[in-house]
Amino acid sequence: MISLKRRKFTPDRQTRAAIWFLLPSMVTLCLFVFWPIVDSFWLSFRHWNLMEAGREFIGFNNYRVLMQDERFWNSVYNTVYYTFGTVPLCIVASLGLALLCNAALRGLSVFKAIYFLPVITSFAVISIVWGFLMDPDIGLLTYYLNKIGLNMPDMLRSTTWAMPAVILVAIWKNVGFNLVILLAGLQGIPVSLYEAAKLDGANAFQRFWSVTLPSLRHTLLFVVIISVISSFQVFDQVYVMTRGGPLNTTETIVYYIYHQGFELLDMGYASSMAWLLFMVVFLITIVQLRLFRFDQTD
Amino acid sequence: MAVLLRRGAPYLVLVLAAAAILFPFLWMILTSLKPETEIVRFPPKLFPDHFTLESYKNIWNRIPFLTLFKNSVIFSVGVTVVSLVFDSMAAFAFARLRFPGKDKAFVLILVALMIPVQVTMIPLFLMLNDWGWIDTFLGLMVPRATNAFGIFMLRQFFIGLPKELDESARMDGCSELRLYARIIIPLAKPAIASLAIFHLMYNWNDLMWPLIITTSKEMRTIPAGLALFMGQHVVEYGVLTAGVTISIAPLVIAFLCAQTYFVQGIAFTGLKE
Repeated sequence: MISLKRRKFTPDRQTRAAIWFLLPSMVTLCLFVFWPIVDSFWLSFRHWNLMEAGREFIGFNNYRVLMQDERFWNSVYNTVYYTFGTVPLCIVASLGLALLCNAALRGLSVFKAIYFLPVITSFAVISIVWGFLMDPDIGLLTYYLNKIGLNMPDMLRSTTWAMPAVILVAIWKNVGFNLVILLAGLQGIPVSLYEAAKLDGANAFQRFWSVTLPSLRHTLLFVVIISVISSFQVFDQVYVMTRGGPLNTTETIVYYIYHQGFELLDMGYASSMAWLLFMVVFLITIVQLRLFRFDQTD
Repeated sequence: MAVLLRRGAPYLVLVLAAAAILFPFLWMILTSLKPETEIVRFPPKLFPDHFTLESYKNIWNRIPFLTLFKNSVIFSVGVTVVSLVFDSMAAFAFARLRFPGKDKAFVLILVALMIPVQVTMIPLFLMLNDWGWIDTFLGLMVPRATNAFGIFMLRQFFIGLPKELDESARMDGCSELRLYARIIIPLAKPAIASLAIFHLMYNWNDLMWPLIITTSKEMRTIPAGLALFMGQHVVEYGVLTAGVTISIAPLVIAFLCAQTYFVQGIAFTGLKE
């Protein structure tokens, strides 16, 4: 009897407690995450420029204009260019370094700490330093490259070189992040697998191809997806290094949203772009969840 | 000889990569210690002929750097403290309490995790503008008072603690608040430390949010302040590199002291499905 009574009583007490424990964060999330995402959808069907009066409903007009906006497609192209320039190179570099770190007997933690340094620094702030390094007059990097006969132009003001320069900085910044995750994955591979492969006479390359890569596919897939998602949201180093220039050759989607929303104050139009971006990122995330669930069942 | 080469080659690559990573930091520190005349001299040199602290003296009146620094501290420390309290409370409810609709509520947290900040910033700006919160600490900090990632991360950690703790505590007549504050939180110190560093780093380094929410020089944080200063005074190399060095220093020092917490917070993002 007593135990029954208690069982009936406990959930109530816990529910009441749960309400109080959840209240602050649920209110915050509703006000500053869920409501804005709904509001953003609503805004994307309005003509709403802060410089003008009125916020009339215009249906799909923002989206229609967007589809014909060459500058928008240019920003999509630049974002894709940036993603394809950054993600594969960065992952290959960090996988290579992770393998070497994993094989190194000494100084592992020192190397790991050094590679991680860019990860903890502000992208915006360190881009100032990179901007100076690439300066045609005082930039030491430009000077060194010229010295070995590459004859570099003013990289950040060149329509050809500005994007590769931005990509270089992104790779430098993110190698350490991928490395930490990949290294954890590598260290999770059982040593017995390698020993078995060795007994079968597999050389180092074969061992990498048939033991390391398959065992690491989970981690690699995760790193690819998280890198693609963050590449689609690139803003900081573009803002600091090039402001989207020269001639919009480094203007990414988020930079263009910022430009429309906070420089031209066209909130409706910027929201339609933001929603498209959200859908893309959301789809990538769903695909990611699917892939992982699929992987877990096999 | 061949053995030596085989052993040495990986280290050579690791050292070269480390040099490439460190080069911008080294150049930054050395440049901040050069007199202006040496910085702009051609050909540029890595090491200064004369060391000077001129830039570190000038920075306080050229840029209102003290204000930027103070704002960054208030913003990032304030957000971290409040968010740790709210995140851990929600995580406690999700991990240790039984209540109807728990799974559905938790799906909401996962959805919030997937919403990029760039998508919500326009309506958020408009809302805070209506409230008169633009260019105030309230506007900067209140929307960040909780964080879906923080709730998710702590919940995963709290779930791993033994269930018997709660049962025996409740048997002894311990309230839920006491259970949270006296038993669960002290046991979760490592996870909380990792999350604290994650929040500090994220907010200290953030550019876009302070750029949008603040409009006056007096309210800028370091990244926004330096980025805007650079846009207007490109040639103040010494002052800017000194500012960058000072702004990076606290995190680097903390990193060198508590490396594992930094890496754990990052590595955990690798675990979130």
